[in-house]
Amino acid sequence: MPFALLKYGLNPRRRDAPQLKWPSEIKKHYDVVIIGAGGHGLATAYYLATRHGITNIAVLDKAWMGGGNTARNTTIIRANYLTPEGVAFYKESVELFRGLSQELDINIMYSERGHFTLAHTDAAMRTARWRAEVNKHLGVDSEVVDAKDVARLCPIMNVSEDVRYPVLGALYHPPGALARHDAIAWGYAKGAMARGVEVHPGTEVVNILKEGDRVIGVDTSRGKIFADKVVQAVAGSSSRVSALAGFRLPIKTIPLQACVSEPVKPILDQIVVSGSLHVYISQSARGEMVMGGATDPYGLYSSRSTLDFKEGLMAHMLELFPFMAELRVLRQWAGIADMTPDFSPVMGLTPVRNYYIDSGWGTWGFKATPVCGFRMAECVATGRQPELLAPFALGRFGSFDLVGEKGAASVGH
Amino acid sequence: MKIMHCPLNGPRNIQEFVWMGDVKKVPDQANCSDAEWTDYLFIEDNTAGEVDEWWLHSPSNYLFVARRNRLTDEILWTKKPSDYFTDDAP
Repeated sequence: MPFALLKYGLNPRRRDAPQLKWPSEIKKHYDVVIIGAGGHGLATAYYLATRHGITNIAVLDKAWMGGGNTARNTTIIRANYLTPEGVAFYKESVELFRGLSQELDINIMYSERGHFTLAHTDAAMRTARWRAEVNKHLGVDSEVVDAKDVARLCPIMNVSEDVRYPVLGALYHPPGALARHDAIAWGYAKGAMARGVEVHPGTEVVNILKEGDRVIGVDTSRGKIFADKVVQAVAGSSSRVSALAGFRLPIKTIPLQACVSEPVKPILDQIVVSGSLHVYISQSARGEMVMGGATDPYGLYSSRSTLDFKEGLMAHMLELFPFMAELRVLRQWAGIADMTPDFSPVMGLTPVRNYYIDSGWGTWGFKATPVCGFRMAECVATGRQPELLAPFALGRFGSFDLVGEKGAASVGH
Repeated sequence: MKIMHCPLNGPRNIQEFVWMGDVKKVPDQANCSDAEWTDYLFIEDNTAGEVDEWWLHSPSNYLFVARRNRLTDEILWTKKPSDYFTDDAP
């Protein structure tokens, strides 16, 4: 077999899988410049090209494509949030995700697993009922189940009462899903580039060029680029880039750590989350147990690893899944999250004309990738805040009209 | 275990401390504009570098000021508020 592989590799007539080619030259002017070639930025470019006929677009990234928070999450997709604004938004995202393999002609490995948000206290059960009712009202499949149903659906979970925080019940969300994060970035890039969009990795934006209160382009490590419209989609560095454009955001940058175990045979179908225990876990397609917890206790622009995180996570994890004691941690990483005061994103228009923002992606960014691209494209093409994004405008803080999203992963109940 | 030096209790495990955010000037609540108040409540410099921050030692409920580098996770110094506001009045 190794000989066959060598023969294949050396065969001059072999057909390589099509690869994405970065253009070597960068133009002086584009209709739209998007800062950040992650899932959100690439999706925005894709929907601008396919839905609004705008293809003269450059997507810039200081590093490589899809290497930021797109590659640093736990790939959970769900719509069972608490606020009507949040539920409507994430519901559209789940609907887009479901058709994405077909639309992008790439296998995003979308896998509906069912999603438990465990409740260990009466207060958490009350929040679960509240979320279930809001979800049902808005057409999202969610229900409250008791501990017996949890044990029936997920037999590997320890629902014994002889633990520190027994499971009383859960909010069960059957459409909860996982997907392949890289495939989403590459799929959107492929679709956008086929329509003329340029992606330029290794191109750092060092300044935002303005004329009065209007953006006219960006200054980069490869020279000035002029643009009619500029979009920033750089969650994790949102404050740093918006500072270049001359405005500040209601965002604190806080790391969110996660890790995976060595791979084992399929044993856990569902995605299991406990807000009270700050634990979430799912099993990936290749068998690794993917685990995460709450955001770090203090702000930081660093993806370093801490023992505190692993100790806190494992202590609770072993109560829920005692078999995990035999597994070793294989890899660890952190995303740099944009935490907002109300656990909701900050999207749409900004104080700078023709400058649009997609930020405030704390622990809820990956699952919003398609809807962000879809609606940010609409926002950029029309120059108006789409109705679905109206609750998430930057201006909500000035009018004290916050969207208290207690359904976010980092929020204890 | 990461150690933080509390001006009252000496070196302690960082798990005993609570991050309270930037040291910033509190606007006069009675006379400031809505915009100033919004800015104070919600809007952040979110500096990627050295920042002066309020920290709380939770078991003793002691509040103090620390200068920390948010890129390297380095604690440069900690001070009693009385020393901080006489030494480096912001």
